[in-house]
Order: sequence, then C-alpha cells, then structure tokens
Amino acid sequence: MFVIEKRKTFTKVQNFFLIIIFIVLSLIMSSLIFLLRGLNPFFVLTKILTSAFGSFYGIKETITKSIPLILCGTGLVVAFRGKFWNIGAEGQLLIGAVMATWIGLFIGKNLPSYILIPLMFVFGFLGGGVVGLIPAILKVKFNINEVITTLMLNYIIENLISYLVYGPWKGKTQYGFPYTDNLPKNALLPIIKGSRIHYPTLIIGFFVALLIYFLINKTKIGYEIKVVGENPYAARYSGIDFLKVTLVIMLISGGLAGIAGVGELAGIHKHLTYPYQISSGYGYTSIIVAWLSGLNPILVLISSLFFGGILVGGDIIQTTFGFPFATINIFNGLMLFFIAASHFFINYKIKFVKVKYE
Amino acid sequence: MNENYILIYSILKRAIISGTPLLLATLGEIYTERSGVLNLGIEGLMAIGAVTSFGFTLITKNPIFGILIGILFGILLSLIHGFVSITLKGNQTISGLALTMLGIGISGFWGKAYIGKSLSERISEISIPFFEKIPFIGELIFKNDPLVFISWILTILMWFILFKTKYGIIIRSCGENPLASDSMGINVNLVRYYCVAIGGALAGMAGGYLSNVYTPMWIEGMTGGRGWIVIALTIFSLWNPLRAILGAYIFGGIYILQYILQLRYKISPNLLLMLPYIVTLIVLILSYEETVKKKIGAPKFLGEPYQKEEK
Amino acid sequence: MNIPLIEKLEMRNIYKEFPGVIANNYINFHINKGEIVSLLGENGAGKTTLMNILYGLYRMDKGEILINGKKVNINSPRDAISYGIGMVHQHFMLIENHTVGENIALYLDNVPIIFPEKSVERKLKEFFEKFKFNINPKSKIYELSLGEQQKVEIIKILLRGASLIILDEPTSVLAPIEAEELFKLLKNLKDEGKSIIFITHKLNEVFKISDRVTVLRLGKVVYDGDINSVNEKDLAKLMVEREIIFNITKEKKDGNKEVVLSIKNLYVKNDKGLLSVKGVSFELRKGEIFGIAGVSGNGQRELVEALTGLRKIEKGEICYFGKKCEKFDSKIFRKFNVAHIPEERTKIGVVPNLNVEENAILRVYDKEPFTKGFGLNVKKIKEFALNIIKKYNVLTPSTNIKIKFLSGGNIQKFILGREIETKRDIIIAAHPTYGLDIQATRYIRNELLKMRNMGSAILLISEDLEEILEISDIIAVIYEGEFLKVDRKENFKIEEIGLLMGGVKS
Repeated sequence: MFVIEKRKTFTKVQNFFLIIIFIVLSLIMSSLIFLLRGLNPFFVLTKILTSAFGSFYGIKETITKSIPLILCGTGLVVAFRGKFWNIGAEGQLLIGAVMATWIGLFIGKNLPSYILIPLMFVFGFLGGGVVGLIPAILKVKFNINEVITTLMLNYIIENLISYLVYGPWKGKTQYGFPYTDNLPKNALLPIIKGSRIHYPTLIIGFFVALLIYFLINKTKIGYEIKVVGENPYAARYSGIDFLKVTLVIMLISGGLAGIAGVGELAGIHKHLTYPYQISSGYGYTSIIVAWLSGLNPILVLISSLFFGGILVGGDIIQTTFGFPFATINIFNGLMLFFIAASHFFINYKIKFVKVKYE
Repeated sequence: MNENYILIYSILKRAIISGTPLLLATLGEIYTERSGVLNLGIEGLMAIGAVTSFGFTLITKNPIFGILIGILFGILLSLIHGFVSITLKGNQTISGLALTMLGIGISGFWGKAYIGKSLSERISEISIPFFEKIPFIGELIFKNDPLVFISWILTILMWFILFKTKYGIIIRSCGENPLASDSMGINVNLVRYYCVAIGGALAGMAGGYLSNVYTPMWIEGMTGGRGWIVIALTIFSLWNPLRAILGAYIFGGIYILQYILQLRYKISPNLLLMLPYIVTLIVLILSYEETVKKKIGAPKFLGEPYQKEEK
Repeated sequence: MNIPLIEKLEMRNIYKEFPGVIANNYINFHINKGEIVSLLGENGAGKTTLMNILYGLYRMDKGEILINGKKVNINSPRDAISYGIGMVHQHFMLIENHTVGENIALYLDNVPIIFPEKSVERKLKEFFEKFKFNINPKSKIYELSLGEQQKVEIIKILLRGASLIILDEPTSVLAPIEAEELFKLLKNLKDEGKSIIFITHKLNEVFKISDRVTVLRLGKVVYDGDINSVNEKDLAKLMVEREIIFNITKEKKDGNKEVVLSIKNLYVKNDKGLLSVKGVSFELRKGEIFGIAGVSGNGQRELVEALTGLRKIEKGEICYFGKKCEKFDSKIFRKFNVAHIPEERTKIGVVPNLNVEENAILRVYDKEPFTKGFGLNVKKIKEFALNIIKKYNVLTPSTNIKIKFLSGGNIQKFILGREIETKRDIIIAAHPTYGLDIQATRYIRNELLKMRNMGSAILLISEDLEEILEISDIIAVIYEGEFLKVDRKENFKIEEIGLLMGGVKS
C-alpha cells in the first residue's frame, strides 16, 4: 500500500537528485522509441553522449550550440520568474538575426568592426525587446494568454524572414538561393580557431547570466518580478505595478533572445536564410534549459551546456541514424512533463506502508 | 460570370475542407476547456494523429481504420497531459507544451519512414442523392468526404449535449465552479479526464484528416501551427460548438485566400503565409472585446487544478 | 426513491478537536420535525463545526448521530443528502453563470438526461404555486438578488428530498425585506413538517423565528431550551459572559491626542456589488487602540480593504495624517507610514515561496535603508530579518528558508514584526491572533499595547471579543456595515456589547 504524504522540507540536494532522476528517466524513455525502429537504444544513447561530450570536436560543437541557449535561457528565466510564459524566444531570436543583417549588411556595412558589431548587438537587443513588448501589452491590457501571442509572433516572424530572403533581401551573389548576401568581413564575429565558437557572444552570455543573477536577487525590479510571479495577491498588497514589471520582463527576455540571434547570424551563418536554419529550435529548447536550471541564471550556464550536447545529439540522430532532428523533441517533451509534474514531487512524497491486519 | 461562379465555389469548397480539421480539434478543445482543463498540446496531438493514421492506412490500406488509430493515439497521449494536470495538479501550460513537443518529436521520428509515400486507398467522397443536384449549394454541401459530414454531425451533437442535456450541465459546472460541483456529488476529476480524452480523440481525428484527406501524404511539420490556431478558435467560438464552425471556416477560407491573393494580386506568398497567424491575434483581441460586452468568458476555473479541502 | 421524513434527529456527545483547540466539547443537540431551532454563539463557539459534522463535511472524533432513533453514519455530504439533510452555506454552492434550472438539474438525481431543465421547471411550478413566490428558472444565478439565490438553494435541497435544512447565517447577505420573506418561507416549511436549524449570531432573529434555542460557547452547550423561557439580555449574557482578566496594566494617557486617520461617511461595496460599509465615520488617534468588535461578515473586511487601498470607495473620505486622498490605491497607500497586518496572512501577507529575508521587505523594498539606487542592500535586509525573528520570537532555523515552511503562528508574528518595525505611526491589525496558540496570542497583544504606549495609533479588528476588551481604549461595535455604538471601553457593559453584536440597539 502506498500513501501520499505532504513534505515538510525540500532541500536543494533533494532538488538536485530529482532533476537527475528526470534526466535519466527522460533519456531512457526517449531512447526506447528507437527500439520500435529496430535500433538498440543503449547503442543510440551511447553514440549521442560520446559524440557530444566524448570528443574534442563534439565538445566544441556543444559549446557552440550552448551559446544561444545561455542567452535565451537566461531571458526565459526572467520571464518565468514572473510567471510570464514567453514561448516566443524563437521569434525574438530571429528578429535579432534580422537586425544583425539590417545593420551589418545594409546600414552599417562601412563602419569599422569595433563600432559595427556592438551596434548590431544593441539593435538585436532592441529588436527582440520591442517585439517582446507586444505580447506583454496584450496580456496586461486584454488579458490575452501570452502563450498564444508569443507563438503566433514566432510564425509571423518566420514568414517575415522567408519573405525577406526570397524577396527584397535576396542575395545577388548567392546563385539564386534564398539567402541574403554574406555579411561583410567587418560585420562578422571572430571565432576560436578550429571551431565554430563565436566567443564574443559567449562572453556576453556569460556576463549576462551573472548580470541577470544579480538583477533577480539584488535589485528592486528583480524583487518585484519575483513577487509578481510567486504571489500576485501579495504583489497587490505591496502596491507593485504589474504593467511596469511585465514590460520590463519582456524587454529583457526578448532582448536577450535578440542578442542570441545576432550571434547566430554574425557568428555562424553569416547570412540570413531559412528561418529554421537560423533558430533551429533554440527558442523552444531554452524553455527547458531555463526550467532545468531551477530558474537560476548561474545554473543556466550548466544546463545550456547539457542541452547543447543534446542538440549535438540531434545532429547525430540525423546524420548517423537518418532520423529527423525533431526527434530530440521527444526528450524535450518528456523533460517538460517531468518538470510540470515536479510540483507534485516537491510537495508530496510517496511512502510505502505495511498494512496491518488485525 | 461563369468564371466568378467557379471561383467562389472553389473558395467555399476549399474553405470547408481546410476548416474541417480546425473544426474537429476545436470541438474537442471546447469540451476540454469547458470542464476546466487547458490543453495546449493540440499541435502535438494533431501531429500524432496525422502520422499514426497515415501509417496504419498505408499498412492496412483501410483509411477508416487508419483514422480510428489516429483517434486512439490522440486519446492515449492526451491522457498523459490529463494525468499530469488533473491528478498530479501540475502546471497545465507547461504540461501542454510538453505534449506538443512530445507529439512533434514522436511524429517526426515515426514519420521518417513515410516520407514520399502516398496512399493508394483514399477516402472517397459521399454524395447525398437528390440533394446534390441542387445548383451550386448541392455539390458544396451534399457532396463531401465523410469526415466533413461527421464534423457537422459532431458539431450539432456536441452542442446539443453541452447545452441541452444533464451531461453538458455537469461538464460546464466542473469548469465554472468545481467546488460547488463537488459539493453536489460530482466527481470533478473524472469528468475532466473524460473531456481531456474527448479533446485528444478529436485532435487525433483532425490530424488523421490532414494526412489522409487534405494532403494525403506525410510531411514533417504538416500541422503547420494549426494546433495553436485551434486554441485561439476555442476562445473565438466563445466555447460554443455552433460558433466553432464559423471560426473554423473563416480560417479555412484564409488558407485559400492566400492562394488567391498570390495569384491575382501577386503578393508575396510568404507575406500571405503570415495571414492566419495575424488574423489569430486580431481574433483574440476582438474576442476580448466580445467577452466583455456579452459577459461570456472562459470557464471561471479554466487551468486551475481542483484540490479537495482537507478535513 | 423517497427519503423517509426525519421525525427526530439527535447528535450525542459530539467531540471534535483541531490542532490547539477543542471545537466541539461533548455537545448534545436534538431537533424534532416541525421545529425551528436556532444555534446561537460567537465566532469560534463551535456552531459551524457542529453543523459541518452533521452534513458530512467534517468527521467527528467521538459521538454519534441518530435519526428516528437509529444510528447513522454520515461521512460525506452525499450521505447527509441521502438521509434527507440539506445545508445552505454562507457561500452559496451555486454555479453563477448557469441558470436556476441548470443548477437544480445538476443537484437532483431523478431528472431525465435530455432536456433536464424541462422537468425541473415542472417541479418548480408546483413549488411556486404552493409557496406563492416566483423565480424565473431561465434566469442566470448572477442576475438574481442574493435573497432569490438563497431561495434557489433551499428549493434545490427540498426538491432532492430533504426534511432537515441547516441554514448557516442566512441573513448575513440579505436586506431586511428579504429576511422577512425568508422567515415566511421557513415558517411555511415548518408547517409542512420540515425541521430547520438556524445558525445565527443575531438575537432579534432568534426571537422572530425559533421555537427553541441552543447557545454554544467555547465548544460547549450553555443553554438549550424553549424560546419563551429567555429574553435577549439572558442570551447575550450567555454568549459573551466571561471573566476578563486584565493581565496588562495600561498607562492612562491624558490630553487630546493627535488625529492620524480620519474616516468620514465611508461607503464601500462588497464583491457582490452590495453596500457592506454604510456610512462609517471615526477618528484614529495617536496612542490609542480603536477596537472594532463584531461578528465577521458585517463589513469589517471591506472596511480594512478600503483603508489599505485594496478596494474602491463608493462615497466618503479617507484622510491619513491630515492629507485628503482623491485617488486611493495600494501604491499610494504604500507611501504612508501605515502598517497593515492582513486578515489572510498566507494569501496576501507573504509570498510563500520566497524566503524569510525576502518577505521581510515586502512593503518596504523601495525605501531606505533597504535600497541602494537600483539595488537592494542585502546586508541590511538580512539584519532586518534577523532582528525581527529575534525580537518577535519567530521560530525558524534560518532566514534563508522559504517562509511557507513556518507555522501559521510564526508567520503571523513575523508579519507583525515586519510591519511595526518600520511603520509605527498607524497600525491596522485585522484578526491578528486568529488561529494562533495562547503564547503567540498573548505575545501579539502585548506588542500592540507596547506600540500604543509608544504613541502608535492602532486600528484593531477582531472577532475575539476578549481581545477587543483586553487591549482597546475605544470600542466600536459594527453590525451590518454600521457602527452601532462608539465609546470608550469603560462606558460599555459586557451584555451591551453582546446585544450590539447581535444587532439589538438599546
């Protein structure tokens, strides 16, 4: 017989173990599906993990993929702390890429690097932030569910990019492919030799994580975000301005995703192209990155690395095993289910009691 | 004159066909939300319905069986969301997103084997004799594939059950006031499970329609965000099955409008592809105004897990 | 399926304990068919607990219930309903967005599946003809007046076959005319052989409608008898009689004290849109404790919410420190140096998932010394939190744990400390010791007196009459949104307060 009992405490150590259990279970369960297609799940899992973390090349790729996750993930930490469900990081990232193209390829192409690149990042932040304000306003003024609005914007922005690369921004030097022209050399981000790691963005990400940690825990606005997210009634009792807080949340969240977009464009792809190639699901994956880090920006650095590896695994699944990259969504989905259920496991424990027969 | 006649007929016909999967899934989500549960996983459920029904139709060469399988898998997967939301009282937004991701992941993986394959057995249209001879309307309404007719029957049936029977009162009470419902002896959580399953079944059916009738093949990502539009349509329909038809066909029409605008006015297809999503945003804003005016809103306790008080 | 008529219902030796308090202390209660029995007592006397046990919402620890001489087991409302017992709660169990017909159809178990409302309408027609009133079955619940809604609740119960109806403070939401209509209906039902238990704190009603009255105090029955054998004064005395031990000597402060809060002719509506504060005026002075006595539900909550910016004012003036406020909301309220110890401490007074330190600055996070430009002065916040838990005896292993892990009493002490450490001029304390153990209660009362002696003006709202009597300088008795009497404590007699709380103006 098992009984469900309310917990009296839940320590950080217990939290850590719970997360590990979630990860292990999700890995096992998602690899099981390979069984249905005649593959040995253990083999698949091993191949994925060794490729991502076991070789020098793998680690470089993992780090590369973790860069946008750090930025988007940190932004989502801010949003989720305020219980604002920003599912639009994908689109906000793309707007950042658009801004990078606009500034780097068109407006500022003659500016020297040390002015152009920071300018691109600033505009990327602003682009993502402003786009993020739309669902914020819709929520506060019209009480419209932000999940739908942020998602709809994703689709709208994706199509905007398709329009640009097939239309007015189509490159003259790209042999008819739907790419913009390549960004000029002064708009490109420097890279660590022998890898694809565009380290300026990585450094920005690193400092942003620290900055946001500081913001959440040691500033007034961070405090207000926490109270609004954790207990809106208490926020009202305290006299906190909901509109202000929501706008700030989305400015930061969208803005950071925008910075990630600049990084992807100016560091990896060097031209605007099919939206999915640029954003690659980073916006959605970073949702889990944010949750897995316990909504702690410092831990985002770690969970970004882990998920960077998962994404590398997705590439492996595609190249080595021939399955679509989308397969990793099985793992992502299972992780999110566990995270949704975690409320239960944090507050209750299951005890097995011997039934006494009298 | 004849040309315009054909044009309008085509638009309306395609609007019905495009709108049918939207209608089916919206009907299901209406029941789910009326009982108090928010299911954001429709996109994933439709994908699962599409891939499983395609696969089984391919193997068994029986599209009816294929769609039934799509319905089955829709039910099974929606129950995961049900378990996490209702019994474990987890956050329904996160759980719904999880379902979407899971559905997209499984269907992408599973569907790899089906890419490029086409169905030999297709569902053929049914014509209702005599009525189909009526000019213009005849072929539009009385000659359709069976799932269109089923969607109409379901609309009326589900509207009737929801508003004219005791079952409907029970479902609506669970979403409006679970505490009062519980005090009247109703098992709120069980009712919610049923409604989540109904939502899953219809989303699966909608997916099956997409891969068996609409574009009878499997393409990764073929649900194209329809699941999210369904969520918006549920709000636009003011949680009333009859109104869902209106919303579904308007959106069905938008898909067709894209082609028309592209052909006639040479507007870039990519800009036109934005149309459904922009319209969704507009629809949501308008719905807000309407819910304020008509004082009809979402079920009061939508998205809130029901917790019995401790004695 | 017909439920047999309840000829006699007995509750024998009912004992129910909650952590720290004995709610029902071996209570005996009985009612016969065709009787209306009033169950009278203050808040916390045990009336609601007793009836919740009868209706299956609570399980008794000891005791038994007999219907027509046979023992019955009531473990849930379903059981109670099957025996013919129905209850109308203070918060109606109705679905507001549904029609009358739909609500009743939901409750009955013998309606057809298809078009159930038609069958309900037929039954209602019979009912209305018999009892000579009418409610449109197609109207939505929110369109009905509260009196009509209550009638729907009663009809619902009767149509299901109840012969015993429990009404919990039924007139607390009614206008006087509606109350009269209710009494008429109840008398009609009584003539039909139904038994009615009427929970109330209003003395005049007891005499208007009961055959018998049972008075509870502190979990025990202190009187059970015919209504004709007592009068209002007797009942009031029974309800409130106690020995007031003044443990704390209060300094008598002379001289006219400065007015810090002035309320003029305040009108406030409640959530249902009805006026629950009707023309309240008073002045709060430095160095005084102004206690508002009254049974909860008479407008106290709305009054406090209006004063703290959490509820809109319909009419009237609120003047803090001589500043008249044109627009008054919680943001403006935060600027004043006014402490607010809220009634719903865990719901609005703290953020359960944040730690103790973070909760310490809930209302002062943007004031010095806790703020440094954009940032928070973490060191000062920690000091502040440690100071509070030390000074106010808050038991917690550290200031770093989430506040939801503290007990209710410690949370309350913490809130009290947090508020009065930074805001001393005015303290608004709503039910500050509700649900706390004796030690915590005594501690908080002492603290409030200390603040008063140091010059704070304190507005105390409490259901606990003992508390009001113990520490107030000035007492106001509130009843149905009005202050029936405002005077210095010395000028009150105990029975007088009891009468006033019951609505009897001398």
